[in-house]
Amino acid sequence: MTIALGFLAIILATLLGWLLKQTFNSAPWEMEVVSDTAHYGPLGDDKSKLIALLGLLAVVSSFFALILSAYALRMELGDWVPMTEPQLLWMNTVMLVIASGVLQWTRNAAIAGQQARLQPGLIITGILTLGFVLGQFVAWQQLQNSGQFITNNPSNAFFYFLTGAHAVHIVGGLIVWARATMKVVLGKGEVGQIRRSIELCTIYWHFLLLVWLVLFGLLLQT
Amino acid sequence: MSYVAIADRDHEQEHHDPQTFITKYIWSQDHKVIAVQYGLTAIFVGLIALGLSAMMRLQLGFPDEFTFINPENYYQFITMHGMIMVIYLLTALFLGGFGNYLIPLMVGSRDMVFPYLNMLSYWVYLLSVIILVVSFFVPGGSTGAGWTLYPPQAIMAGTPGVDLGIILMLVSLAVFIVAFTMGGLNYITTVLQARCKGMTLMRMPLSVWGIFTATVLGLLAFPALLVSAIMMLLDKTLMTSFFMPAISSMGTDPGYTGGSPILFQHLFWFFGHPEVYIVALPAFGIVSDLLSTHARKNIFGYRMMVWAIIAIGGLSFVVWAHHMYVSGMNPYFGFFFATTTLIIAVPTAIKVYNWVLTLWEGNIHLRVPMLFAIGFIFTFIHGGLTGLFLGNVTIDLPLSDTYFVVAHFHMVMGVSPILVVFGAIYHWWPKITGKMYNETLGKWHFWMTFLGTYAIYLPMHYLGFAGVPRRYFAMGNTEFLPESAQDLNAAITISALFVACTQILFFANMIWSLWKGPKSDPNPWDATTLEWQTPDHPPKHGNWGHELPVVHRWAYDYSVPGHEEDFIPQNVSADDAPAGREHGGEHAIVATKEHK
Repeated sequence: MTIALGFLAIILATLLGWLLKQTFNSAPWEMEVVSDTAHYGPLGDDKSKLIALLGLLAVVSSFFALILSAYALRMELGDWVPMTEPQLLWMNTVMLVIASGVLQWTRNAAIAGQQARLQPGLIITGILTLGFVLGQFVAWQQLQNSGQFITNNPSNAFFYFLTGAHAVHIVGGLIVWARATMKVVLGKGEVGQIRRSIELCTIYWHFLLLVWLVLFGLLLQT
Repeated sequence: MSYVAIADRDHEQEHHDPQTFITKYIWSQDHKVIAVQYGLTAIFVGLIALGLSAMMRLQLGFPDEFTFINPENYYQFITMHGMIMVIYLLTALFLGGFGNYLIPLMVGSRDMVFPYLNMLSYWVYLLSVIILVVSFFVPGGSTGAGWTLYPPQAIMAGTPGVDLGIILMLVSLAVFIVAFTMGGLNYITTVLQARCKGMTLMRMPLSVWGIFTATVLGLLAFPALLVSAIMMLLDKTLMTSFFMPAISSMGTDPGYTGGSPILFQHLFWFFGHPEVYIVALPAFGIVSDLLSTHARKNIFGYRMMVWAIIAIGGLSFVVWAHHMYVSGMNPYFGFFFATTTLIIAVPTAIKVYNWVLTLWEGNIHLRVPMLFAIGFIFTFIHGGLTGLFLGNVTIDLPLSDTYFVVAHFHMVMGVSPILVVFGAIYHWWPKITGKMYNETLGKWHFWMTFLGTYAIYLPMHYLGFAGVPRRYFAMGNTEFLPESAQDLNAAITISALFVACTQILFFANMIWSLWKGPKSDPNPWDATTLEWQTPDHPPKHGNWGHELPVVHRWAYDYSVPGHEEDFIPQNVSADDAPAGREHGGEHAIVATKEHK
């Protein structure tokens, strides 16, 4: 469980540091106006969405950290036989890296107000990401065809579980991406709102790329 | 009192007031309605779980008298009782119920920051409850694996509900976690982003601190349950071997290879122990506010209380393996987890001392919520102290499989939070409904519940010391157990049925209150926190009318020297207070003297 604990330590230390900054030396029973950290804008504003997204990323990280902990513990048992990963995963990885890069480029364009670049940027991102998900599915097919089923060995089971769980998170991101893209394609929606959707999508894409790189690295190593 | 106008009211009020019955009470996005929906659903399943415990007690108190209880459904009763009480009642009620109602009102917000997501959270929770309830009626019935669902037995032939029951249980848990995540992200973001002007973190009532920290714990810990649920589902349905060892079942080989049941236990308790505090921390917070309000005294050591909540939350992640001493572990690990378990007693004890010191020389009003809050201090100390025993490996090993453990966790995690739930309902009932209840009936309810639960759980400690094993359907001819153990079991059953029946008083009182109860004062307890200062009573959609409140002080200005009234609401500025206070008690007295 070291991996999960290490992850938790990072999250809790971040929270603790922030809380200390907020609360240290404050004497709430005093009447003096203390530095007002409260926010009283409209409900569900940009910053709220960003904070909720970061919260979600913490939850998802916790989820994957725990699977990796289980992976490390299960690996130590006698029946573990390392699995050979399909070469297709390399191509899938490249697609996801480019998708993330293109989305970053689209985000930069959105911030710079270059509206014409949004549509191609978003569509290319979507195609590449969908390509990644399909590629993962094809990798599963290849494994099955070569007799590498989920029940063969715990390493196989973890491979299917990890890649499946990651793909589900990508599909969740694609739903949000589809909403933003529809707005751009149909010309509906306010410019600022679309820009903010793209910004949040970009964070999520980079995060899932990072998760995939960690998972892929681990799968290759073990 | 002062308020700040909202510059951009049209933008602020994006969520227009609901018009129809359906948008107002069914598909409602109002946090108060969602809170009531969460509360009613949780109490409904809680009553099912209460009924199940009555069945168990009937069998234990009067073995084989009731033919409709057989070993299979006895285990189903145990399992579903535990799971419902811990997850579907307590977690949902404290966070979905009280969290939803109190957070926006206490921090001065119009609603949760994402009202639609909030509504979705409730409906997904309801779906998880429906899946859970359906599992009672599928062929084979619900799972009887024990609430910890330990493999291999949870998914092996011979355990009740091994076909559909366990699958529905795991699916229901996964759906619950999705619902909780939606709600939890909302609670956290609301606390961080929607506090009104002047409401700094250290001016928040402890109820909000407790719910906030518990939500952080939940968001980080529930994924462990999700991971273990998915992996067990795969073991069950696709025959993977994450947890399932190579095993022979009734002379046949089911096909599993070398998995680790201990791995499941690690994942389960990595969630399971923080879960204790997911339930306890909101209770700690709420009880602090009840004690302070009804003792007319500021909470003792507010900052220490906040930091104790945070410390308990952090430490709760590094004690999980004390639930696994009997599974066997490296002695150094046992030493480590025993030490961390004892360390967590330090911030917890600080809280208990501070509650007692809050009562010290307070102007104590023994109203119904206060009785429940004080009752909680007793039961919590009681259950906490037995926890210190069980935290030690050498004491835990002989006691772990006995009724001592049942007594311990019911005192600390069953009775204690439930007393707070009742206290909180009695406290906020006038705000939620605008009606008062019958005080005398409420006091009867308290005393019968409080004394009744002691009559149930105190003797269980003795049974545990005598070696009466838990989880058993029947004791059989066990020589080392004296016959009096059975007499005690019968007495416990009678007490349990008595306590279950006395809950009728509570429901009768509340239904009477809704139907014919007198109208309550907007602030019947003279409380300082914001939820009692709403312009409408009970608060309407949007909570604050046209203007959000501005906070000028912390939540505990009770009995401030030099003031005529013994409380100053949070939204009263120094200028508006009857005899202005600038820098705390001493100065206030000086100021008053000068004024005279």
